[in-house]
Amino acid sequence: MHNIPMARPEPEDVEIELFIRALQLRHGYDFSQYTRASFKRRVLNLVTAQGFGSISEMTGRLLRDDAFVAPLVAGLSVPVSDMFRNPGVFKALREAVFPLLKSYPNLNIWQAGCAFGEEVYSLAILLQEAGLYERTQIYATDFNDAALARAQEGIFPAREARTYSENYLAAGGAGSFSDYYHARYEHIKLDEQLKRNITFANHNLVADGIFCEPHLILCRNVLIYFTDTLQNRVLSLFRDSLIRGGFLCLGNKETLDFAPAGKDFVAVDRRARIFRRASSNQ
Amino acid sequence: MSDAAAAAVVIGCSAGGLHALRIVLAGLRPQLPAALVVVCHTGSEDVEMLVGLLKRDCALPVSEAGERCQLLEGQVHVAPSGYHLYIEQERRFSLSIDPKVCFVRPSIDVLFESAAQAFTSKLAAVVMTGANDDGALGLRAVRARGGLAIVQNPAEALAPAMPQAALNLAGADHVCQLAEIAPVINRWCA
Ligand SMILES: C[S@@+](CC[C@H](N)C(=O)[O-])C[C@H]1O[C@@H](n2cnc3c(N)ncnc32)[C@H](O)[C@@H]1O
Repeated sequence: MHNIPMARPEPEDVEIELFIRALQLRHGYDFSQYTRASFKRRVLNLVTAQGFGSISEMTGRLLRDDAFVAPLVAGLSVPVSDMFRNPGVFKALREAVFPLLKSYPNLNIWQAGCAFGEEVYSLAILLQEAGLYERTQIYATDFNDAALARAQEGIFPAREARTYSENYLAAGGAGSFSDYYHARYEHIKLDEQLKRNITFANHNLVADGIFCEPHLILCRNVLIYFTDTLQNRVLSLFRDSLIRGGFLCLGNKETLDFAPAGKDFVAVDRRARIFRRASSNQ
Repeated sequence: MSDAAAAAVVIGCSAGGLHALRIVLAGLRPQLPAALVVVCHTGSEDVEMLVGLLKRDCALPVSEAGERCQLLEGQVHVAPSGYHLYIEQERRFSLSIDPKVCFVRPSIDVLFESAAQAFTSKLAAVVMTGANDDGALGLRAVRARGGLAIVQNPAEALAPAMPQAALNLAGADHVCQLAEIAPVINRWCA
C-alpha cells in the first residue's frame, strides 16, 4: 500500500512490537499475526486492568514471571460467545449439512476456538436431536486453558437462559431448551450427558497441526482476529484436515477472500458461511 | 483494486441517528475525496435495512463495511451490527466481537481511536445525537492526533447526551446545526 506515508511509529506501537517479541521469544506465544488494532486495544486494557503504568512495564513482568503468562494469554484471548449465536447458521447446519453427514457411520467434528463451550454444547444438542450424537466424536479446542476449563464445566449464568432458549427455538430446536439444563445458584448447568462425546483440548491455531480428520469444522469469529497470512495458515490446516467434501462453517462476517487457501473451498450456503472442501485438490 | 482512501470522515450517532445521518449524507457532494465510515447504534441485528434507508438520499454509494475491505474514497461504509469496527494501519477494516464497550457494540470510541491512529490529521470525526457518552473518548483521540472534530449542537440534537459528553471531554473545532455539518465536511475535503 504505497500511498500511505510511513510515519515515525508512536512509542506505544514500538512497545507493542517489543511486547509481542518478548512473549514469543520467552514463552513461545506468537501474536504477531493478530490484527493489530483490536490486539492493541486488548493489550492496553490489560495494562490498565493489571495496574501497570505502561506496556513496557507489563513486558518486564512477563519476561521474568512465568506464572503471569496464563492470565496474560487469557486476557488476550476473547472468549466471548453465546449458545446458538446466529440461530440461522445452526438451522442451516441442521437442514443442509446434517442430512449429508447421516451417510457416514462415524463422524468427527472439530470446533476450533470454542471459548466457554457455548457453541459446542449447542451443536451437541442439535446432533442429539438429529440422532447423530452417538456416532460422533467432537473435539472442542482453544488455546486458552482457563476458557477450556470453564467449557468443560458447562455452567452459564442463568440470566442468559432466556436468550439461549429463544436462539434454540430459532435454530429449529425440536424440544425445549430447559430439557438440557438444571438451574441452581443463578446458573444453569448443562446436562452432563451432552459432553460424553466431547473432548476438550488445547490447540493453538498459530502453531499446532493436524490432529483429526473431521467431517465438519466449526470455526466462527476466530479468523476475524487473524491477518491474511495467519488466515491462510489456518485455512490450509482446515483444508488438509477435512475429509474430502468435508464442511467448514465460519463466522457471519468472515470471508475466504483474502487467503489463497480460500480457493480450495466452495460455498454451500453463503449467508450461513458454510463451505465444503473442494474435492479436486489433493 | 484502487488504492485505499487518503482521508476519512468517521461519524458516530445513536438515538435519533437515522434522521441525522440522512440529513448529513444528503448534503455531501458526489465523489467526495474521502472515505466515510458510520457507526449508528441500532440495536437491530441486521444492518442491511439501515444501508437501504441511507442510500435513498445520498449521492455517494452506501454499503456495509466489509471485513478486511479497503476504505474507499467517495464511499459510505456502514458498521455491521454486533461487531466492533476497526481501521487498520493499512486502511482496511477489521472486525471483532470483543466485549461491549460502555454497553455498545459497535462502539464509536473503538472506531474513532483506530481511525485516529491510521489517519492522524487526515481524519474528520463527527459526533451527533445519542443518549449515552460513546464517542467522547474517541473524539479526544482524534483531536490528539490532529484530526478535525465536528459535534452536533446538543441544543438541537434529539438526544443531547452524546454530543454534550463529547464537547465536555474533547471539545470541538465546529459545533454545528445538522444542516451545517455536510458543508463543513465538503469544505474540509476540498
Ligand atoms: C470470539 S471467540 C469465538 C467463540 C465462538 N466460536 C463464537 O463465535 O461465538 C474467539 C475464540 O478463539 C480463541 N482463539 C484465539 N486465538 C486462538 C488460537 N491461536 N488458537 C486457538 N484458539 C484461539 C480465543 O481464545 C476465543 O476463545
